Amino acid sequence: MSEYITHDMTGNTVGKVEKKFFTFAEPPNEMILDSKAKLGPITIAYETYGTLDKNRDNVVLVLHALTGDSHAAGYYSENDDKPGWWDNMIGPGKGIDTDKYFVVCANVLGGCMGSTGPMSVNPKTGRPYGMSFPFVTIADMVRTQKALLDHLGIDKLLSLIGGSMGGMQVLQWAIQYPEMVRSAIPLATTMRHSALGIAFNEVARQAIVADPNWNNGDYYEGKKPDMGLSVARMIGHITYLSDEAMRRKFGRRLQDKEDFSFNFEADFQVESYLRYQGAKFVERFDANSFLYITKAADYFDLARQDTSGSGIQVFSRSKARYLVVSFTSDWLYPTYQSRDMVKAIKKSGLDVSFCEIEAEWGHDAFLLSSERLTNLVKGFLESVYNDIRK
Amino acid sequence: MISENNANLRFDLQVIASWIEPGSRVIGLGCGEGELLHYLKKHKNIRETGVEIMEERVATCIAKGLTVIQGDISEEIADYADNTFDYVILSQTLQQVYQPLELIHEMMRIGRQVIVSFPNFGHWHIRGQVLFRGIAPVTPQLPYQWYDTPNIRILSIRDFREFSRRVNFRIIREVAIDSDNRNRFGKITRFLPNLRATYGIFLISRK
Repeated sequence: MSEYITHDMTGNTVGKVEKKFFTFAEPPNEMILDSKAKLGPITIAYETYGTLDKNRDNVVLVLHALTGDSHAAGYYSENDDKPGWWDNMIGPGKGIDTDKYFVVCANVLGGCMGSTGPMSVNPKTGRPYGMSFPFVTIADMVRTQKALLDHLGIDKLLSLIGGSMGGMQVLQWAIQYPEMVRSAIPLATTMRHSALGIAFNEVARQAIVADPNWNNGDYYEGKKPDMGLSVARMIGHITYLSDEAMRRKFGRRLQDKEDFSFNFEADFQVESYLRYQGAKFVERFDANSFLYITKAADYFDLARQDTSGSGIQVFSRSKARYLVVSFTSDWLYPTYQSRDMVKAIKKSGLDVSFCEIEAEWGHDAFLLSSERLTNLVKGFLESVYNDIRK
Repeated sequence: MISENNANLRFDLQVIASWIEPGSRVIGLGCGEGELLHYLKKHKNIRETGVEIMEERVATCIAKGLTVIQGDISEEIADYADNTFDYVILSQTLQQVYQPLELIHEMMRIGRQVIVSFPNFGHWHIRGQVLFRGIAPVTPQLPYQWYDTPNIRILSIRDFREFSRRVNFRIIREVAIDSDNRNRFGKITRFLPNLRATYGIFLISRK
């Protein structure tokens, strides 16, 4: 996902928010991961917005994408220049209305925004895990979120919502803890990561690994693999846009010059944009986290989790109502992948709504302010909310 | 038949709504903005599914809280198991379907009862335009010109009855109505329906 975060001009916001931490799985009760490795203690960074009902049945869990974090809405301080990454969707009167719902968003396991990941210190060695950090999966991320909700005393989710890799977690949740999930909103996502998606991730990972500063993941005391990580980010940004989006946004326009420079500086606006995005990203993201999280996305294949290998079988464990949304110009998670998902959900006998939104901004469309998406989410959530009150 | 709380519904939809048993499982094919499904969900406590191809209409339906899938009805219908629904509704869409025979068979496969409504091309107004003016008919119910009409199937109430004998399905109920497309008011036409009714509504099932 990109960084489109801007101030909400309406001034409508959840206001000041605080990042909190929850630590669990203290040895000897470590969490056992899909890879069979043990990990503990685990810290999960999270934020909440809105108020939890007495009945504790107004909870919406927001799952972030690859490079997101727990800061989905609001501001940390008055001088904060930017709100959380989904401030256009979460807030009073917005798509996910914080006057009605209690919203929880946690940083994923393996991340670098407060949750345990490869840059965290391994208590056994006193040094950052680096490459000794165990491999994590989408299901492992979901396990840690379940532990967090247990800690918060929440045993039912009104809904789960997330785009891209956040959508993978939405789907995983619905089949891993079916009793807890009343409804699910996977956006711009897939039941299984495609060869195209894996290919882009692999090129991005190779860019990091090829950076001499990467030093087999052991760089926390020296120079970081900034070049590798910024190239990885540049590749990501290409996949988040679309041919049309790039044509409209940049075309062949030159950056601050009248003619070609005949050197390898950034001549074109699109080059300058990618370099800028890459440079900005390395300030906030850890290269090892990028390696681990992209691998988790690549491993994701929902149907593989049932012995039958059938998407229909795997969804029939779920009891949720679904709202699936795709975007016309998304070539990273194209509409046919959402349609496959809808077909499997339908055939498993569950209620599913599906809408393909006409959008020119590619995969990033799910993050951008859109009245259409806001109304879909709002209407769907209200309907689920009203159903439990019948 | 027409109770107070359905008075805001279009007349042909009021007729269809009156045929639906409370608490049933209903699919609306080509459900538009979901007026009928929304009414049935609210007043008859049905479990609804809609299929609609236009993004804007789908979005309107979902925003109302309806379960609706954006897609082509002929493709979407194939995914449902036999007898999934109590009622399958095709309201004013049959005249736009490429393969009506296949669709009718599919509808009767996934549902126990099927409701089909369509504009009656046997109406005197249409006959008059063809006969006396020699032009392709344009009426309040069928406001299109020959070059922009989505209506590719021209059928009358009598045609549909004949179709039932040939395809071998049972007509359980049939009502002919005289009403405008957008009108909440209308009346049931009992005398010479194929000549005087603007719409035919049929409840059919497998034999």
